[in-house]
Amino acid sequence: MNEATSPIFGNLNWQVTPYTDLLRDVNSSTIVGAGAASVLVLGTIAGVALLTYMRWWGPLYRNWLTSPDAKKIGIMYIALALIMLARGIIEGFVMRTHQATALGTLAQQESGLVAPDHFAQLFSTHGTIMIFFVAMPLLIGLINFVLPQQLGARDMAFPVVNQVSLGLTTVGAALVMISLLIGKFGTGGWTMYPPYTGIEYSPGEGVDYWLWAILISGIGSTLTGMNFAVTIFKERAPGMHFMRMPLFCWTSLCVAIMMIYAMPALTVSSAMLALDRYAGFHFFTNEAGGNMMNYANIFWMFGHPEVYILILPAFGVFSEISSTYSGKRLYGYTSLVIASMSIAVISFTVWLHHFFTMGQSAGVNIAFGIATMIIGIPTGVKIYDWMATMWRGRVRITAPIVYLTGFFLLFVIGGLSGIILANPSIDYQVHNSTFLVAHFHNVIIPGVLYGMLAGIHYWFPKAFGFRLDEAWGRRTAFLFVGGFVFTFLPLYVLGLMGMPRRSPTFQNPDFMPWMYIAGFGAVLMLCALTSLFWTFWTSYRNRLALAVPGGDPWNGSTLEWSTPAPAPEWTFPRIPHVQARHDWGETKRSNDPWRAPKQYCDIEMPSNTPHGLLIAGASFCFAFAMVWHIWWLAILSFLAVPGLIALRGMMIIEPKIIKAAEVEEADCRFRQQVANLSAVTRADEETSRNRGVPDVSEFAG
Amino acid sequence: MVEAKWIARCFLFASIAGSASGLCAAEPMRESFLQPMGPVADEQFNHLLRVIGITMVVILPVLVGVPLILWRYRYSAPLGEYTPRWEFSKKLEWVLWGVPVLVVVVLASWLWYSTQKLDPYEPLGPEPLQVQAIGLDWKWVFIYPDEGIATVNELALPVGRPVELTLTTDTVMQSLLISSLTGQIYAMPGMTTKLNFAATRPGVAEGENTQFNGTSFGRQKFTVRAMTPTDYATWTAGGGGGLLLDEATYTILRRQTVLAEARQDLGLEGTAQPIRMRATEDGILERIVAKYHTSGRRAHGWGGTGRPSDNSVQTAE
Repeated sequence: MNEATSPIFGNLNWQVTPYTDLLRDVNSSTIVGAGAASVLVLGTIAGVALLTYMRWWGPLYRNWLTSPDAKKIGIMYIALALIMLARGIIEGFVMRTHQATALGTLAQQESGLVAPDHFAQLFSTHGTIMIFFVAMPLLIGLINFVLPQQLGARDMAFPVVNQVSLGLTTVGAALVMISLLIGKFGTGGWTMYPPYTGIEYSPGEGVDYWLWAILISGIGSTLTGMNFAVTIFKERAPGMHFMRMPLFCWTSLCVAIMMIYAMPALTVSSAMLALDRYAGFHFFTNEAGGNMMNYANIFWMFGHPEVYILILPAFGVFSEISSTYSGKRLYGYTSLVIASMSIAVISFTVWLHHFFTMGQSAGVNIAFGIATMIIGIPTGVKIYDWMATMWRGRVRITAPIVYLTGFFLLFVIGGLSGIILANPSIDYQVHNSTFLVAHFHNVIIPGVLYGMLAGIHYWFPKAFGFRLDEAWGRRTAFLFVGGFVFTFLPLYVLGLMGMPRRSPTFQNPDFMPWMYIAGFGAVLMLCALTSLFWTFWTSYRNRLALAVPGGDPWNGSTLEWSTPAPAPEWTFPRIPHVQARHDWGETKRSNDPWRAPKQYCDIEMPSNTPHGLLIAGASFCFAFAMVWHIWWLAILSFLAVPGLIALRGMMIIEPKIIKAAEVEEADCRFRQQVANLSAVTRADEETSRNRGVPDVSEFAG
Repeated sequence: MVEAKWIARCFLFASIAGSASGLCAAEPMRESFLQPMGPVADEQFNHLLRVIGITMVVILPVLVGVPLILWRYRYSAPLGEYTPRWEFSKKLEWVLWGVPVLVVVVLASWLWYSTQKLDPYEPLGPEPLQVQAIGLDWKWVFIYPDEGIATVNELALPVGRPVELTLTTDTVMQSLLISSLTGQIYAMPGMTTKLNFAATRPGVAEGENTQFNGTSFGRQKFTVRAMTPTDYATWTAGGGGGLLLDEATYTILRRQTVLAEARQDLGLEGTAQPIRMRATEDGILERIVAKYHTSGRRAHGWGGTGRPSDNSVQTAE
């Protein structure tokens, strides 16, 4: 903390950058810190330079940042997630390297690559980033892109709110990013348990960065949940009954409902901690009646549904790809719907298993332990349903199927360790250990990450008009599988050996072999990350050979495959009338699936607006000012948000009208193109002969 | 046969996963409940193996079935029949839902039994040895109220006699774990929690804090000595040595230091040797807990409240 708060700059001064630390003391820790800040600075400069040199500022603003199109918003969410994923994986690598060099003794100062405080910042930002700014944007992005197309809708129910949500999520991510350069991040882990994170034990800006990132992005996620739910309830195409919706829409509905009910709990716990820190409240302090147990309680009321918020969209993706790439109908549709909904409901009844060791009675622990095991039933049923979907199918081993296989084989191990942890008697041993760390990485990486990457691979052609390179896609998938196996299975062993999580040092030399294996795994993870970006780049370079203008590269059965790739802004020339559960599949079974509609009419689309961008800008200023106690800026930017909303409320906003003639012209061009392309069988799916027009006679599912 | 190669790789990954979990049972380990030193850790280890065994009923079909399905129904050279429109089977539904339900019923019964049996609040026998643990920043103070002894980072126990540990902290939340003897429980300011356990064989084990609480968290370990009753009697007869656990000593211990630094603050050699003290004052733990129940009267509590300021660390020695 600084001696005095300046009325203009708050607590900001020149002493807060990692470069000051480096000048004060040159060691591996300050070099890593300054290096990370430099990557951020140079990356930003390079980005700005590229945009300026290519004259992309205008197109970026007009076509992307001000666009209320859910497809584009989805893509932007995923781009944000991939940038944050890069930072998260690199941080993971630094932590693994540190622990591989962190063997010490009780009497000596901690050694290793980074200082203990630096290590604590790393695990705190890593967790925060991976949950809130990688997993959440990935799934929200994918749902944004896919959901309206699968429902036969033109856009989300509230396109501008959608923009605002993206803006608020980006603000959160930006706050975590800027903490690399200006000041420090909190050291309380991604859960930030008080009283350690109270003002007394954690003075300074660190916890505040976390708080405002979580509060602001959390509001964004709550709005997103409402948006998804209303879209599913109100925007389905005629004939799209609930029991005709693709499974991905069902899991999106579960996610939406869970977001609406779970995210506010996080907002409440963070707001209470913020009041403790800023206004001298005593919700969670040691004295004056404060009790930290309430924080854990409220936080995990959000935290446990959250993990199912993360996993359910991936389950939706696996339902789609297991069916499509097996050339077979999804087995047990109703079962899967019931299972997804059960997971959504039961996930609200298990949160106490995150603190079995807090001293409550055995009876309470038994109730929540059993509830936790019950949630394993629908999850298990889902896995068997996908296996039954592939059974007696014709499975093409594409990149998404490699991810699915990795998921099958690894997720069940994560499920096993989950069942182990659900037993309070065993949890007393492995709680807070690296066994737990291994467990949640074991469900989140093979579950969420593989699912989202499989989904990105699957729907990429619909977004950009060309497929991703299959060979590189599979290589990436294998690297992520191998990286996971080597990094995290050793952590199970270390946890059973009694190694606590978040340890900046340890004294047991028996840990070292496992540390080296985990370190090797982290290298594989870096390779996987590189390979992922290389897949995008090499596919972009070969985009002509990989182009699939026909729009249906995998011979799919859901509505989104009936439109061109990339899908036009209005998605469907006419809103389809849905006749069956696998509507596009049924259409393909009848003759001439690419029949043009009889008549075209004007399409009304939401017009572009900088509203989301302005709200995000004001929110960022507010959060940054609060972190650094720059009160004048905080007040101004806080007032700016309702001001902007009121201003927009007073403006007359006309929708964008796309003329029937324009739609007809584009649509006829597409139908002409499809007619001229030769249909491709699944055997040639991976070759450049795949132009997105499948051999419909082969469609059997 | 590129596909075949991928499937072979899948097998490889599965076997690596399997062997890694197998190794952890084979590898000799120190300081962990896989080599239990008492009945609680022993039962926890047994329950772990039991849960793994039962859960295998639902996991093995996936680990075996997925590679088989991929092999048998691969697009390039399928072996089995193709039923693209098959999407439901009532019999199969009964199996898919029924087997997991049965497995969870069995697991839940065992969970109920073992949670009740291993409730850390239930003493393991009559007249357990009473020990109090106070978590401080980066060290543990153990008080033996009946023996008038206190230690820093050393917990000595007689083999065969049940032990009841009463915990609190005088700083942020911590969690005390002695893996080879029992599980962990949180220690929180203003509150007490309990751990009941016993040692069945002599030996030395490590105990630790598992809840991150700042810079030197990684060095907040303590030594647990399970001794034969005679050795324990000798140990207690040795008394507390020259130091007395009074408010002045406690105030020094309360600073944010590890054991070696605290020893220097107390004028001892800066090693990681545990400290022994006489504890003649009554109700030290109660007074520490009470500090957090007198609102608004800070710094009057025994040894002070709040985070010890950095200055006091500077002025040590």
